[in-house]
Amino acid sequence: MEQLFHVAPYTGYVYPNETVIPWTVLIAVYPYMTGLVAGAFTVSSLYHVFGIQKYKHVARFALLTALCFMIFVPAPLLLHLGQPARALNALITPHLSSAFAMFGFFAAFYVCLVALESWFAFRVDNVARAKSSTGVRRLFYRAITLWSDDVSEKALAFDRKWLYVLAVVGIPGAHGLHGYVGFVFGSLKAREWWGSDLMPVIFLFSAVISGVALLIVLYVVVSWIRKVTIDQDCLKGLTQTLWGFLMFGVLLEVVEFANLFYQGEEGIELIKEYVTGPLFVSYFVLQFGIGAALPITILTVMIFRKTSGRAFLVGTLVSAGLALMSVFMMRWNVVIGGQEISKTMKGLLDYHLPFWGREGLLAAICVLIAPLILLWILTRLFPPWEPTNQRASTSVTEALSELPYGTAPKEV
Amino acid sequence: MKQEMSKSEAARRGFLHTVAKAAVAGVALLGARPLLGKEKTATAKSFPTAGYDWTKHRWAYGIDATRCIGCLRCVEACKAENGVSLDAHHFRTWVERYVYLEGEDRARVDSHSDPQNIAASGSEKEYRFDNRYKNKKVTKAFFVPKICNHCQHPSCVQVCPTGATYKTKDGAVLIDHDYCIGCQYCVQACPYGARFFNDEQGVTDKCTWCYHRITKGLKPACVEVCPVNARIFGDMNDPDSDISQFIRNNRVQVLKPETGNGPTCFYIGIDKEVV
Repeated sequence: MEQLFHVAPYTGYVYPNETVIPWTVLIAVYPYMTGLVAGAFTVSSLYHVFGIQKYKHVARFALLTALCFMIFVPAPLLLHLGQPARALNALITPHLSSAFAMFGFFAAFYVCLVALESWFAFRVDNVARAKSSTGVRRLFYRAITLWSDDVSEKALAFDRKWLYVLAVVGIPGAHGLHGYVGFVFGSLKAREWWGSDLMPVIFLFSAVISGVALLIVLYVVVSWIRKVTIDQDCLKGLTQTLWGFLMFGVLLEVVEFANLFYQGEEGIELIKEYVTGPLFVSYFVLQFGIGAALPITILTVMIFRKTSGRAFLVGTLVSAGLALMSVFMMRWNVVIGGQEISKTMKGLLDYHLPFWGREGLLAAICVLIAPLILLWILTRLFPPWEPTNQRASTSVTEALSELPYGTAPKEV
Repeated sequence: MKQEMSKSEAARRGFLHTVAKAAVAGVALLGARPLLGKEKTATAKSFPTAGYDWTKHRWAYGIDATRCIGCLRCVEACKAENGVSLDAHHFRTWVERYVYLEGEDRARVDSHSDPQNIAASGSEKEYRFDNRYKNKKVTKAFFVPKICNHCQHPSCVQVCPTGATYKTKDGAVLIDHDYCIGCQYCVQACPYGARFFNDEQGVTDKCTWCYHRITKGLKPACVEVCPVNARIFGDMNDPDSDISQFIRNNRVQVLKPETGNGPTCFYIGIDKEVV
């Protein structure tokens, strides 16, 4: 019979039960996804709440991105559970002392919130689409608008009010959800590598980094596919946001690391051995070096030299890609790294990522790609771009051109 | 036009009222659920043995490391008694060996699940410590049996999102295998590495102090088979029990007291190196 578990090789002394690593790559994917959600939502809120006009172009796309990733956030968890059919037990009888008990409620609340916000953000467009289409398509958009085609000024004011309220509530919602994921790890005293007060804050900053970086990559790629010109103001704004958060995020991690070392509590020798040995490449090289220091340098040089045009585009795209990798490595180094350091503080384990299986590399890749496929479908059904969209059908363009764009707040 | 507007507003209000009522009913139902649960556990106090009253006992466990000879009969008995999978990665109890060699100030530690020891026994199903220090000068050596500490403030119970793992009134920490979702948060939270994942059942598992035995007046299997009385078990409510005497007559310690977990497994004869 095939063995049901993977055994991790180790050095030194580890507790016998530790040789099977409990949390796998999927648990690294899970905070990565909630981070992308929080980051994408932040960008959307920069326009919907703070009225920063340069983000208008991607605001609704960011909202859809957050929605798609949030819908798939439970997927890595369900794949990981030993008894996924019982997952609802945590909702039916939440054990309130558990840092994880409220996750289901928060996640469900947040999905509803983003879905509702999206509904308001796309309502006017959907009404127009329902009017300009026929047959099943018309029925679909009619159903999506809940058979309400009221686009009077009063109704639009109502939409604007709710969009604003939902976006405002969504900010603590998105960041609370992700900070909470940081707390799930940071509150565990059994693991030296996790038990840190800074963990939720570090998670939050890296979330914004990853979300903004994802939007940069998606925006550039989607514009290329749609053969439309990129809004330079928007891209520059996103790039500057990425730059700022990257610097601050890295600083926070350095502070935490310095704190851990300077305190030098029991077991620090093992941690030193670990970070300079098995974790060196994924921690210092990938997360901090190539993933953070390099993009910070590229972005600093570009912003200082006021680079523009193709060079700026390439530089931004590369930096965003590296930042995405860096944040994933951060999740990996926290989740897998924390488990590779034995609770005995006398030994190190070595997690091997299998390719196949429910918790293998392939499953993790599928979980990460699924939201992008959903996003592709949703952007087809609900184009989030401005009505001047070159590829939009004439009828829709005409119908939309009679209406104010989306239901964004009035320009200040 | 105005009339139409008011109609739609009325319909909207009606809809919102219905939603609000449903939400209130839902919240009320959720709120009532824990109360129903409490009633259920109160009536089920005879679990798992009919007539057993868990309010009348306060179990505790003692380990005299000075007596342990590392024969590993306890490990064997535990696996057989509790159907723990017969491999080197799942244990409800295990034994560690601490050896100081001449000139070294840190102990060398291993357990019977160490590959070298498995090679010596020839199988993961048989437990043995090899003779690796045969030609070395050993200055100090001792064995330390380990089990779940059945903490007073167990971090595993704290983090369980469903309440599937719980503290009984008589002091044991148990897992409801029919309710556990298998998230393994408790495995992470236990500072002692006492929990493991039962791959066949998809739930977490650990020592129960042989709850099915102790509620019948028997001793846990590991205590029963120990040939040197290194493992002691009993009821703290009885001043003459083995455990009460063990704690009274010795200066006992617990493992990792800094965690605040408050273990109810008490040790004598352990060393600064014991993890």
